[in-house]
Amino acid sequence: MANICPYGRFTHAVVRGIPESFGKAKDSGDGEKTNGEVTVDLAKAQRQFGCLTGALRQKAGLQLIEIPPDPDLPESWRVEDVVVIQGDTALITRPYKQQRRSEAEAVRRVLSELHLTVVEMGEEEGGSGGATLEGSDVLFTGREFFVGVSSHTNRRGAEVLADTFRDFAVSTVPVCGGARLKNICSMGGPDTIVFSNTDGAKKTLRMMEQLTDHHYEILTVPEETAANCIFIKGASNRDFLLHRPTEEAPESAAAFQKLPDYTLLPTACSEASKLGASLSSLCLLINRKLSYF
Amino acid sequence: MTTEAGTEAEVKEKAEESAAQTDQSEKAPEETKEVVAEEGDKKEKDKEGKGISRYLPTWLKKQKSQSQTSPTKDVPAAEEAVDKESEQKEGAPPEVNGHAEEVEEEEEEEEEKATEKSEQVNEKEAEPKADVKTEAEPVKEEKVEEKSVAEETKAVQEGEVPEEQEQQQQPPEEQQQQQQQQQQAPVKETTTEAPTEPETGDTQTSLFQSPLRLVRKNKMKLVVCRVTLLDGTDFTCEVEKRAKGQYLFFKVCEHLNLMEKDYFGLTYKDTHDHKCWLDPTKEIKRQIRSNNWQFSFNVKFYPPDPSLLTEDLTRYLLCLQLREDVACGRLPCSFVTHTLLGSYTLQAELGDYEADQPKPLDYMSQLTFAPNQNKDMEEKILELHKSHRGMTPAQADAQFLENAKKLSMYGVDLHHAKDSEGVDIMLGVCANGLLVYKDRLRINRFAWPKILKISYKRNNFYIKIRPGETEQFESTVGFKLQNHRSAKRLWKVCVENHSFFRLNAPEPPTKARFLTLGSKFRYSGRTQAQTRVASSLIDRPAPNFERTSSKRISRSLDGAPAISITDTSAGENGRELHLELNSDSKVDMSLGDAEAAVTQSPGASEAAPSQDHDKTQDEVLKHQASISQLKRSFMEAPPPSPPQPNQWEKRLTSSPATTIRVQPQPVVTVSQTETAPVEIATPEPKEPVKTAEVEIEETVVVQEVSKAPKPTVVTIEKVPHEPVVKVEEAMPVAEEDEPKKRESVSSESESEEEAEYHPNVHVSIAHSEIPEEKEEEEEEEEKVEVAEQLPNDTTAILPPVIEEEAAPVEVQQEETHDADLPKEAEETHATEPENEESTDDPMLTPEEAPPPNGLPLAEEDSPDAGQEEPKVNGQPMTVETERRPQVICCTEPPVVKTEMVTISDTFAAQKTEIATKEVPIVHTETKTITYEASQLDGSADGEPGVLMTAQTITSESLCTTTTTHITKTLKGGLSETRIEKRIVITGDCDIDHDEALAQAIKEAKEQHPDMSVTRVVVHKETELAEEEED
Repeated sequence: MANICPYGRFTHAVVRGIPESFGKAKDSGDGEKTNGEVTVDLAKAQRQFGCLTGALRQKAGLQLIEIPPDPDLPESWRVEDVVVIQGDTALITRPYKQQRRSEAEAVRRVLSELHLTVVEMGEEEGGSGGATLEGSDVLFTGREFFVGVSSHTNRRGAEVLADTFRDFAVSTVPVCGGARLKNICSMGGPDTIVFSNTDGAKKTLRMMEQLTDHHYEILTVPEETAANCIFIKGASNRDFLLHRPTEEAPESAAAFQKLPDYTLLPTACSEASKLGASLSSLCLLINRKLSYF
Repeated sequence: MTTEAGTEAEVKEKAEESAAQTDQSEKAPEETKEVVAEEGDKKEKDKEGKGISRYLPTWLKKQKSQSQTSPTKDVPAAEEAVDKESEQKEGAPPEVNGHAEEVEEEEEEEEEKATEKSEQVNEKEAEPKADVKTEAEPVKEEKVEEKSVAEETKAVQEGEVPEEQEQQQQPPEEQQQQQQQQQQAPVKETTTEAPTEPETGDTQTSLFQSPLRLVRKNKMKLVVCRVTLLDGTDFTCEVEKRAKGQYLFFKVCEHLNLMEKDYFGLTYKDTHDHKCWLDPTKEIKRQIRSNNWQFSFNVKFYPPDPSLLTEDLTRYLLCLQLREDVACGRLPCSFVTHTLLGSYTLQAELGDYEADQPKPLDYMSQLTFAPNQNKDMEEKILELHKSHRGMTPAQADAQFLENAKKLSMYGVDLHHAKDSEGVDIMLGVCANGLLVYKDRLRINRFAWPKILKISYKRNNFYIKIRPGETEQFESTVGFKLQNHRSAKRLWKVCVENHSFFRLNAPEPPTKARFLTLGSKFRYSGRTQAQTRVASSLIDRPAPNFERTSSKRISRSLDGAPAISITDTSAGENGRELHLELNSDSKVDMSLGDAEAAVTQSPGASEAAPSQDHDKTQDEVLKHQASISQLKRSFMEAPPPSPPQPNQWEKRLTSSPATTIRVQPQPVVTVSQTETAPVEIATPEPKEPVKTAEVEIEETVVVQEVSKAPKPTVVTIEKVPHEPVVKVEEAMPVAEEDEPKKRESVSSESESEEEAEYHPNVHVSIAHSEIPEEKEEEEEEEEKVEVAEQLPNDTTAILPPVIEEEAAPVEVQQEETHDADLPKEAEETHATEPENEESTDDPMLTPEEAPPPNGLPLAEEDSPDAGQEEPKVNGQPMTVETERRPQVICCTEPPVVKTEMVTISDTFAAQKTEIATKEVPIVHTETKTITYEASQLDGSADGEPGVLMTAQTITSESLCTTTTTHITKTLKGGLSETRIEKRIVITGDCDIDHDEALAQAIKEAKEQHPDMSVTRVVVHKETELAEEEED
């Protein structure tokens, strides 16, 4: 469709600052270890956040919209989770954790200002009753969606997504080991998916290959942390790839060197990573220059 | 349609006019009949109102009517007849169709009766009364034609106009006629005439005797079909009640002027209101199983890349289908996509956005763009529409398709099912394979290359999956469908989609398997690859067509009632087709037309009688006279080609007829009809091979291959002429008959509750490209099926005398080995020991031999050949088809030569046995190992047929005796010609049998690449060998 174009074209990025409550999210009681055992360095996290936003704005040339942090929402910096954006349609998700659902407020406002069509997943309506969906379980390849059915996202949530983005095939894939889909894979180019080399990831990859009509290049990285990247096709068709720096993923650096003519932007994300997040968790990428060919 | 009929009529009229006058007495009866019908129609309906017709002399009128009755192109005439009948039956005034314009004529109608064309058209229209649209369409067409031709024709016509009082009126009629003629290809006319003549004569007589009876007959034979076109209009045409789906489909395509027709199909609603595809190879009546002859024209295969379509017309039709799909929600898309598609639709239909358009939103709301359309969407659509300024309709359509094709559900045919756990899912069949959805989520996908077998049993649908890299065993996935019917429907859709998108050429229908029940249904049309080739050869100016809905819109805006103008376009299309089609295509058409005409004519004649009552005796006499003239003309005309061939051609034509294909076909048909089975036989050898394949999963592949090989035809010529030729090949070829066989088979299959289909693209492709073409052979006795089993055995050649038939078998074996056939191979090996000493050698030989030949793989069984014929249908379209005919000739001008040869041979050879030296071999006893495929029984041999001709030609060389049997049989109207070559290699112990066999096969291959080896028999003669050498 009109909005079906090669992945990577973005004009805006939406981020949300690191609150002082970073790493202090209350345990939702769902059993997931949020931060209890992890000690995070707030200042370092904020510095890394600054590096990320700088790379997005100054290197990749995106217009950056930064939503001020809200101390009452310790996980609000994970903006990727609360909305799935494709084209000019934004689906406000229903995160697994009840307390995160208010994070969408500020994001919703921003998206409206960007004239995106905001679609609500619905609160407790019968239609989406029980549906949970988080953006970090959604991989959009430019051609289709893969929704990882994980501890945070269920099939019902995927159905809502499929109903929202009707132009695209929406396939569900299993995500093993309590991880999130975006933790084991991400887009590394218009037709390239970066995948981690773990057994669970391989299983997911096989399923994706089974389900897709398209052919993707697969860039396998040995470390799971390296599998989450941010690909942006910037002005003058330059390919930018934000990836974890060598310090954080020493063995995967070589893999990224295989990408031809890429501008590699090593971006540290160690603190957020401790909380189960990754590079892409910190930003929403939007393309407001939709080209209807 | 009507126009065509008219044209023929006109032609006849012109030619006959002089004669007609003289012969008026004869014609009179017919005329009266026709006239009567016309009168009735006119009165009620008032034809197009061409005053001309009124004025035309009665005899002229009569002639016209006759011509009409004889379906020039087929449908028109038939339709007329039917219409008449229907009118009579209905009793309702045809006028409803009513063209106010034509009313004028009513007054004079009785007198005028003659205005056949206009009347016919009117009648047709009127008959369908219910379908006002349809009626309107024909009229429009005529009008258009008239307009185009009108000026010129008028001048000419006037000059021609008879001196009689009515002459004044005639000119217009003539014009019409001329126009029609122009539209129609001359060839068609001639062809149609021939078939019609006999009928007309019959009808006349019958009419006089008892019109009612005639009418009844007509009723029985002709049925009015209403086809809802993509633009929402109805197309009505009459078809023979026993007509095949193909016939109706061609009619519709002709009406649409559509050449890239392979992407389309006709659907009907079964008794459970499910949409089913009309099988072109089967009788319509048997499929619809009800009296509701209501169809709709739809896209059957959505081209993955519409930009590769050759014609804008095709894209336009695809757009119409997609708009409907989108509007009804069958093709889900997002809000943005809805608006974008809607805007392109507006641009295509309305042109540039005009700011001064009155209240655009008002008419916008009258158009349906989406299931949940709202003002917001309409505003967005308008907004986008503004941005498309300057875009032509064709460009807008192209953009529409570029966007639509990217939708994930584009071209996905969904079927409700349950998985093994009883969970509701949807199975989606598309170009790439089979998709499994749960709700809106894709939960699995089976690409065609991964699917080894598709089958259904009762309400279960199974796919066997090729083992993955890490898996050792293939797995089978089962789904439960609502019932048996839906399982079968899904299965058929899968078979067709796989064939269309994945194969180079359609598979022949499965031969009867030995012990295996199941549907033999196979896709019979052209594959995408074939249709692309065909499309690339389309050489006609871009057809003019109107975008119907746009007209509606514009009209509605004007305040005038919106009526689709599509008809006009159709008329135009029809013309263009005729003009543009290659001569070959025309020929085909003519053949088909002729048949149609025949069928139709009875109806017309019947109708006429009833009306006669109204006429005065004088008029009747006049009519009779005209009829007599017509009769005479018919008599004079070349004798109608045998009905069987026509049908065959029909099918061929029906299959997406491309000019290229068409050419070859006509030749074949001619040869068949005239005589020479020999030629025919040659092409068919391929078929047998296919059959063998069917049994094996991989076989499918083979089938594909076999198609290519067709060239084999040559055999006959060589053999008779030069006895020296060592190589002898039995080539069971059943060309003509095949279609029928297929049909019959298919029908059978339907009844069956289970069926399998092995979509092995890889194998097939490989085979098709390489091995299939060659077949070797040695003896051939009609048993074709053997090949599969035989391969191993074939090799064995015993010292004294060896009969070898099975070269093809070997080939198959090879294939099988690769794929799933190991079992068979094993069997063959097992058999080999039987061969005795020679076994080892034989083993080697068979395999080795084939390669040298070039394409040893092809196996053919005569029975198979019959089944394979379906290919023929497909072939016409394809390049391969061309080969066939060529093959026959062996030389470049294959067709011509073939015919020549055939005739001479046929006459001379028919029923003649030149020399049969087979006997000696047979006598040899020692050890004879014969492998025959079980399939043989089911196929050709099994079918009861009438032996038309049989000839045996024997040639000898030093140690090789070649016997060629040419058998022509009639089965159910289709003639099948089978050429079998038996090569007997006789020699002393000194002879290297293996080498001789290899050589023989090689030569055979060279001569007849299509040949398949049916049987290899090795005789070891200790004592009798010498005798054989005779």
